[in-house]
Amino acid sequence: MSDDLYDDHILDHYESPYHRGHLDMPTIVHEDENPLCGDQVRLELLIENDRVREAWFDGHGCAISQAAASILMKEIEGKTLEELRAFQAKDMLDKLKIRLTASRQKCGLLSFKILKTMIYTLDERKGQGDGSDGA
Amino acid sequence: MSHVALESVFDVTAIRRDFPILDKPLPNGLPLVYLDNGATAQKPRQVIEKLVECYENYNANVHRGIHALGDRVTTELEEAREKVRTLIGADEVEEIIFTSGTTMSINLVADAWGRKFLQPGDELLLNEMEHHANLVPWQQIAHERGAVLRFIPLTADGRLDLSALDDVLTDRTKLVAVTGLSNVLGTINPIGEIAAKAHARGSLVLVDGAQSVPHGYVDVNCPQIDFLAFSGHKLYGPTGIGVLYGRRRLLEQMDPFLCGGNMIRRVRKESSDFADLPSKFEAGTLPVAQAIGLGAAIDYVQGIGFDAIAAHERQLTERAFRQLNEIPGLKIVGPGVSERGSIVSFTVEGVHPHDMAELLDRRGVAVRAGHHCTMPLHEWLQVTATTRASFAFYNTLAEVDALCEAIQYARKVFRLK
Repeated sequence: MSDDLYDDHILDHYESPYHRGHLDMPTIVHEDENPLCGDQVRLELLIENDRVREAWFDGHGCAISQAAASILMKEIEGKTLEELRAFQAKDMLDKLKIRLTASRQKCGLLSFKILKTMIYTLDERKGQGDGSDGA
Repeated sequence: MSHVALESVFDVTAIRRDFPILDKPLPNGLPLVYLDNGATAQKPRQVIEKLVECYENYNANVHRGIHALGDRVTTELEEAREKVRTLIGADEVEEIIFTSGTTMSINLVADAWGRKFLQPGDELLLNEMEHHANLVPWQQIAHERGAVLRFIPLTADGRLDLSALDDVLTDRTKLVAVTGLSNVLGTINPIGEIAAKAHARGSLVLVDGAQSVPHGYVDVNCPQIDFLAFSGHKLYGPTGIGVLYGRRRLLEQMDPFLCGGNMIRRVRKESSDFADLPSKFEAGTLPVAQAIGLGAAIDYVQGIGFDAIAAHERQLTERAFRQLNEIPGLKIVGPGVSERGSIVSFTVEGVHPHDMAELLDRRGVAVRAGHHCTMPLHEWLQVTATTRASFAFYNTLAEVDALCEAIQYARKVFRLK
């Protein structure tokens, strides 16, 4: 884990993001912002057979929030919803490979928070109260 | 004033020795370059020592205890109130209400005056550069009373467009709420001209002095205004203490804001009579030590003198302007240097303000990044956030240079040429 917040990993994702843009027919869309910073992120997922086939994001904000969204999109493509349910905040912070202060964790976890909200929404849509979410 | 003459009357090195925090190294070992004075100012030891003196020698509640400590603390508090009166040129000491800060002061007026005097269709005149504290309370009371919000348009360079004042100021305008100094644009607003026109229309004028009072734009009688709100902590005093100035006639007409102890004359089971000014608006226990500390802060800044402070801060602002404008991709928001106080907010192409603030912090330079509680203004500016450097009289020209060098460092980290 790097102490250098703006290492190549973060800056590369910030400058050349993975899947920044929009899907034609997303299964689910959700956006949120970090009112403290004004970071804003919108995620769009295409889900097929309980698996993320494509993940795209758009938004604006600091390098951390935007790079984190890009890193997350690359991470979750191909994953099952079951795997995403198990994906925790710590896993997300590990993926960033940098050490964030408490205030900047809000930036680093914004897209993760949006993803989690999407998973809940998808579960609710399915009326999934059968305990299969690992509760 | 020439550079040489100024340096001789204004000894910034000596002044900095009064502020213990300024020569304490940061956790990363670097010296602190504190340029976030618009958020809160640092405290001279004269203020810190006054707080200690109060707690160690005469801590008691005010206006209550019939004992030596109670007498002493009440005397100290009322002396502080008198210092505030002198500072802002108010006619009467009863017109000085102690509050928790600017936000509470404005809420007090919006509530206690607005609820009683605003009628459906009445207008409140605001503008987009106001801090949320001088916007949201008016939205709420307007909504409750069926009043209408109107806005003085801004010029392209971030000043109030006074050529439009006659259009937005109408016979239904009941109050103009305006900041003395924008906390983002740095614009010094022409309160005199606004107040004269507003009063001619029968409207009251409230000035948000949170940013302007610490820089000496303070007199409530020149130009004449009706309400002035400001905070102690931006004036080198403690947090938790603020002031509302209001004209006696208005304060007497208004109903109480908060109710409870100290603000009553006579309480019966079903109804109560209220105390005279200023107690009527000072329910509960005041932030006593903080108010006394504010008195010490006022003594301190007046000891330096607002003229000397203004001259030094002008030098800092001019140097910041000159050097910042040479940085590629950097854009300062707001008017030219002659029409602003010592606040400079900017954007740098390719570096988001939060990343900028983080990288400046690594160089020991403390600034603020974000929307600075002015979301409508940032919408008007068409940016989500800015980085703000705000200078105080203890800042040095070398610290302005440190800011600019740190910005260049941030650009380098972001691989900008």
